[in-house]
Amino acid sequence: MTTPLHLDVRRRAGGGETETELSLDVPSDLKYVGPAVELIAGRLPSGPLSPRRIRFNFRTALAEALANAIAYGNHHDPARVVRVLVQVGHDVVRLHVTDEGDGFDPDEVPDPTLPERLELEDGRGLFVLRRLVDDVAFNAKGNSVCLTLLAG
Amino acid sequence: MSFTLRKDKHSVVVVGVDGQLIVGNRQELKQKVLDALEGGGRKFVVDFTKTGYIDSSGLGVLVSLSKKIREQGGDLRLCGLNEDLQTLFELTKLDTLFAITRTSEEALAAF
Repeated sequence: MTTPLHLDVRRRAGGGETETELSLDVPSDLKYVGPAVELIAGRLPSGPLSPRRIRFNFRTALAEALANAIAYGNHHDPARVVRVLVQVGHDVVRLHVTDEGDGFDPDEVPDPTLPERLELEDGRGLFVLRRLVDDVAFNAKGNSVCLTLLAG
Repeated sequence: MSFTLRKDKHSVVVVGVDGQLIVGNRQELKQKVLDALEGGGRKFVVDFTKTGYIDSSGLGVLVSLSKKIREQGGDLRLCGLNEDLQTLFELTKLDTLFAITRTSEEALAAF
């Protein structure tokens, strides 16, 4: 099967230590979320994150961020892509996911654990994301998120 | 990544999730379970023993299926969650919506 997913892996010196960068452009179709996650997780250098954190925290967080970017950022528009950049340092992994949308205000997303929202099908993505990683930071526009996973 | 459905001798539909339950494949699971519900199945167990990760869409599909099954007088239970997946259900408070057991045998015995 041909795939439009082409991972670029680079090693670069930064701040006195070598960092590995993985970058991938993902088409705005939810069917690519799983394959993109596996492609990146499979090439993630061992080091800062334990196999367990890669299997669960890293994979789930990347899947959440990608799905949000494709659905709510790019509105499934095939002309738009989601850009993923993973920076792997000695004691930290930073995961940047950027869409081509107009952004949103993360503070306006309601708490999905409220009793009246508990049985809704959607609306848990950001909540789950915040609990899987050590830091979640959006840019001012709200179309790019940086997820930080500290070593462990 | 795939889903397997089997019926035990007491007509409980056991659904195995191999790999992941995420936004890209949740519709497939939903359709398979709804087909089984349409076919008369009322007792369902989703077995996560072979599951690596579940995203919020995967959680959402379980919530919606559980609701539909309960509306038909049935029940959907979960089993085989590892420590990380169990934590995911707890932090989203979905452990309060589902009966969760350690093994599929315990889930079947509880029906």
